[in-house]
Amino acid sequence: MKRLTKKEGLRYLKNVDLLELGRMADNIRKRLHPEGTVTFIVDRNINYTNICINKCRFCAFWRDEDDPEAYLLERDELFRKIEETINLGGTQILLQGGLHPELDINYYVELLKSIKENFNIHIHGFSPPEICYIADRAGFSIKKTIKILRNAGLDSIPGGGAEILADRVREVISPRKIRSNRWLEVMEKAHRLGMRTTATMMFGSIEEPEDIIEHLDVIRRLQDKTRGFTAFIQWSFQPGNTELVQSSKFKVQSSTAVEYLRILALSRLYLDNIKNLQVSWVTQGLKLAQVALRFGANDFGSTMIEENVVASTGVSYRVSKEDIIRAIRDAGFRPAQRDTYYRIIKRY
Amino acid sequence: MLKKIKDKVLANRRLSEDDALELFETDDIFFLGDLASYIAEKKNGRKAYFIRNRHINPTNICVNRCRFCAFSRSKGEDGAFELTIDEIISKLKVQNSKFKTKNSSLITHHSSLPFREVHIVGGLHPDWPFEYYLEMLSTIKRSFPKLHIKAFTAVEIDYMSRISGLGLKETLLALKRHGLDLMPGGGAEIFDGEVRNRLCPEKISGERWLEVMETAHIAGIKTNATMLYGHIENYGHRVDHLLRLRELQDRTGGFQAFIPLSYHPKNTEIGGFYSSGIDDLKTIAVSRLVLDNFPHIKAYWIMLGEKISQLALLFGADDLDGTIVEEKITHSAGATTGESMTEEQLAHLIKMAGRIPVERDSFYREVRN
Repeated sequence: MKRLTKKEGLRYLKNVDLLELGRMADNIRKRLHPEGTVTFIVDRNINYTNICINKCRFCAFWRDEDDPEAYLLERDELFRKIEETINLGGTQILLQGGLHPELDINYYVELLKSIKENFNIHIHGFSPPEICYIADRAGFSIKKTIKILRNAGLDSIPGGGAEILADRVREVISPRKIRSNRWLEVMEKAHRLGMRTTATMMFGSIEEPEDIIEHLDVIRRLQDKTRGFTAFIQWSFQPGNTELVQSSKFKVQSSTAVEYLRILALSRLYLDNIKNLQVSWVTQGLKLAQVALRFGANDFGSTMIEENVVASTGVSYRVSKEDIIRAIRDAGFRPAQRDTYYRIIKRY
Repeated sequence: MLKKIKDKVLANRRLSEDDALELFETDDIFFLGDLASYIAEKKNGRKAYFIRNRHINPTNICVNRCRFCAFSRSKGEDGAFELTIDEIISKLKVQNSKFKTKNSSLITHHSSLPFREVHIVGGLHPDWPFEYYLEMLSTIKRSFPKLHIKAFTAVEIDYMSRISGLGLKETLLALKRHGLDLMPGGGAEIFDGEVRNRLCPEKISGERWLEVMETAHIAGIKTNATMLYGHIENYGHRVDHLLRLRELQDRTGGFQAFIPLSYHPKNTEIGGFYSSGIDDLKTIAVSRLVLDNFPHIKAYWIMLGEKISQLALLFGADDLDGTIVEEKITHSAGATTGESMTEEQLAHLIKMAGRIPVERDSFYREVRN
């Protein structure tokens, strides 16, 4: 298939019948993953703090420093979580948190070092807003910051904080968060340093179809340059407990299954240079995740031994590794555990 | 050959048992969705229906203890409950007033009735006399004359005919005289005798279920039909089930909607697992294609979840059921859905699927607001 232009992408997103889009995306998925394997990773989301100065309006997770629910994870607790993850067959931790006003680069360096000294585990950590925050506070360049973190033990960078990479949208939903170009800059610098990252998209807030196309396009352009993205992950805005919904100015409804599958299938068609597409069972549920495997996705993401951010919106589909294996198999695929780089560790 | 099946469907010809099996066995869900949508559209245009309804379960005490059921209790067991007629009436009234205060603008747009239909199903209570059910119906009708009463599965009707000693036809006519407007389709499970024996040995046979429905249809009572799938049955059993329904519908025309019910494993004796989202959509589509004489296929959102039931509208379903308000049976077995949806939510799901939301009454007549 010829590469979709932005104009074509927009037309597909807006006008092409969902089943038709699904069929096309399914065919591409089959071509990229002909063996019918659907992978997952055993990992845990560890959020070292929920204190955040960005206070994005779509987020229900952040707390002010003096909030009774505010926390900064103690080392003991962190280690206990990692140990538990390893005992459950985990190979990776997703280490992310808020932009804490009291933490400087030394905290992050010590954090990474202490984990690596004690555990043999892959650290997928610090999304671009965190990297920028660490860099800005230290007065270092992004490149230097990433290098320091990498030397301390950071293995790869998650694609969070992308939301919609169109500043028009970011100004409304996350006015204090880094703009689109800085998110892309972090990823480009990381890729250039040989680190792999993922890319994400949170749709379903206030964006227009044009913004979604813009988002996919900037990701595709960067991937053309660096080939550093391992996967693209999209999920829908979860409105529970968020300012975006509580402020009466916006009328935002939860995205429905049809919108999720439409954007997923379009992403599969548009992102011809990214091999893996994850389903978001944590926001969509296992049943829709199974269907999503026929609309372009080939990866079930993480088993999420722990998840806090989505759960804070009141949405929480919790499942076990066995549930995930069965869900993949019942959807007609061969389940396999993978590592961060999509290498198969174990087939089921 | 799927192509052959498609040609048949386009030529308006009936699908065979082999065709139905082949449809279940294919993994081409896009083919199924397209073809089922073609038929759904031929029957109902781009419309998808919903209803403002409320469920009431008068009791969970049941002399049948089906092995797939997490709702039923024995008399005296923890969690057993029974509602008096007053309690049933006050449930309807309480919801009335809540609805009025919370959504007063809606009330002015619609008639004064917040629900158009009450759906009543319950256990086979060991002590309640037939008169109790008659009084339940007539009291509801007296209190809410405009409310349609959809009540009692074929299993309950059979039980009532035994406790009344009246025979099926007289039992049904008595219920009708006291206010029964139509019947739900529950208790069908899987008709096949062997599966049924393992699933619900005490329940009436598939043949008897069909006999009750036939008698109801002849008595002028419209009903629905269901199939509980995703437990121990295979595709062959599903096809057999669908074909038996199609055969009866040919003779009576009394079925309104077919509702495939996905099995929920929690707290049940047979256990097992949830069906896959793909199987759910497939089952909707095959049902639409095989049951060529059923006007409606319902994606019951309580069981399928909001997400899969919305997608089902692209796989042949034309109805999402309704507002429900309170649901006990599926939730006893691990349903993760809420228990109620507003009409705005239902309409939104339908619109986003590219269909036209239509509020209906119990008989699929459009409600003009």
